[in-house]
Formats: sequence, structure tokens, C-alpha cells
Amino acid sequence: MLCFEKRGGKLVVYLEGELDHNTAAGMRAEIDNQLRDRSVMDLIIDMGGVTFMDSSGIGLVLGRYKLMSRRGGRVRLSRPGARVDRLMGLSGVYDLVEKQS
Amino acid sequence: MAISNEIRVDFPSLGENEGFARLVISAFLLPLDPTVEELADVKTAVSEAVTNAIVHGYAQRRGTVRLHAFLYDDNTLRVDVIDNGCGIADVEQARKPFFSTMAAQERSGMGFTIIESFMDNTEVFSQPGKGTTVRMTKKIGASAQLRDVHAL
Ligand SMILES: Nc1ncnc2c1ncn2[C@@H]1O[C@H](COP(=O)(O)OP(=O)(O)OP(=O)(O)O)[C@@H](O)[C@H]1O
Ligand SMILES: [Mg+2]
Repeated sequence: MLCFEKRGGKLVVYLEGELDHNTAAGMRAEIDNQLRDRSVMDLIIDMGGVTFMDSSGIGLVLGRYKLMSRRGGRVRLSRPGARVDRLMGLSGVYDLVEKQS
Repeated sequence: MAISNEIRVDFPSLGENEGFARLVISAFLLPLDPTVEELADVKTAVSEAVTNAIVHGYAQRRGTVRLHAFLYDDNTLRVDVIDNGCGIADVEQARKPFFSTMAAQERSGMGFTIIESFMDNTEVFSQPGKGTTVRMTKKIGASAQLRDVHAL
């Protein structure tokens, strides 16, 4: 179970633990369930609790980016650790998804 | 170079074994006293290769993934991740950044690129219909040795 915080059109999701192919599917389902609320235009993915991530995390973030773009919304990434940051940088995620300081 | 240690672990192609494979390789590496960074590099590379075996190699069916790791006495780690799945027709293309045959399933095509950037050397042997072996090596303690040289 992920933690969410919703305020106005803003939704913050707090990812936790290991983010791999095995765990990404459940996280994706939970986030997309919240995103059924069409008033959400600003998705903030908080990576502060992520202890491991591989390319599945890149797919998860880019997938949510596509979803939000289609409705004219945006995605931001907050509190990426050094490893997460490196993978996001390597794969050009920051060209599309802003890093929130 | 002589082999100083070796493990071979076979497991079914289940998603929950991705985390297991990362634990196994971490435990195997620990006696070499790797840096946090080295450990994370190896765990990530192994996670990519094992995930590929599960999601691409065996796709919808169940098969066996083999994690075969060697330590050489110069502190080089070699990891082979082997599947007997569908194989890759064009390995050169598969290794290109952003190339994915499963983009619709939110795969980014970065797995091989990540393996290559975290390991010293990566080889891919594959035959369509037969399977794939990803062989990766990394010298552990290379950065520490460099620090020692600079300290002299
Ligand atoms: N073990 C394998 N068996 C069969 N095909 C593979 C295997 N490993 C990789 N491939 C092929 O190579 C392509 C590239 O692999 P790579 O790991 O770089 O990207 P991906 O798995 O598609 O996406 P990502 O790893 O970013 O989630 C895959 O899309 C797949 O077609
Ligand atoms: Mg992959």
C-alpha cells in the first residue's frame, strides 16, 4: 500500500522500498487508480523511500508522464537518492519530468 | 586468472526472484568488502539481466533462470545470467539505448545500457529459439586501488 496526499489538483505519491519489475506493477496500479480522478493535473512522485531501483522505475515514471501529458497535466520527481538520480539522468527522464527541489 | 569462488543458483522465472537474485549476488560479493557504490552497481546490473530473462526470455511461459557467478583471485567478479528462452535475433540492436520490444508494457529499453554503464565489460550470447547468456565482469576495489596510488 502506497501513501498518497491530495490537495486540489495536486497528488503526491510516496514510493517506498525496492522498485523493480516485480513491485512496479502494483505501484502502477495504485497510482493509476488515484489518477482516475481527472481533476489531478500535477503528479508528484516522491522517491525518498526508494531503497533500490532499476529500469522498471524509469518505465513507471515515463508511463505516468505519458498519462499526465494526455490530460495536459505534469509530473514532477521529488527527493531522488543518488542512485535513482543517476538512472533518471542516464535515461533522459529529466528532459520530460522536472526534479522538484 | 584462477577462480577463487563460484556459485550457481537456478530459480524459476518468477518476479519475486528478482529480489532474491540481488540478495544472492550481494552475499557473494560481501567478502570482497565492496564499496556501497560497487554493490549497488552489481545489484542493478544483475536485476536488469534477470528481469530480461523473465520478461523477455520466457515472456508468458515459465522457465529456469541461472545465476552463475565467479570470483577471480584478482578480485574480478564475473556474473553469467542464463535463460533458455526465446533468444535475441539482433543483439546489436537490442543493446542500443531505448530499444525495446516491450515499450507498450512500459519498458524503457535502458536495461542493457544500464548494465554496460555499471559493469566493466558486458557480453551477450544469444540464439533465437535457444536462449540468452549475459556475461558481465567488474573488478571490485578498482577505485580503492586508484585512491591508494594517488595517496602515495
Ligand atoms: N534474455 C532475453 N531474452 C530475449 N530477449 C531479450 C533478453 N534480454 C533482452 N532482450 C531484448 O532486448 C531488448 C532490450 O533489452 P533492455 O533490457 O535494454 O530493454 P527492455 O528490457 O526492453 O526495457 P528496460 O530494461 O528498460 O525495462 C528487449 O526489449 C528484448 O527485446
Ligand atoms: Mg530490460
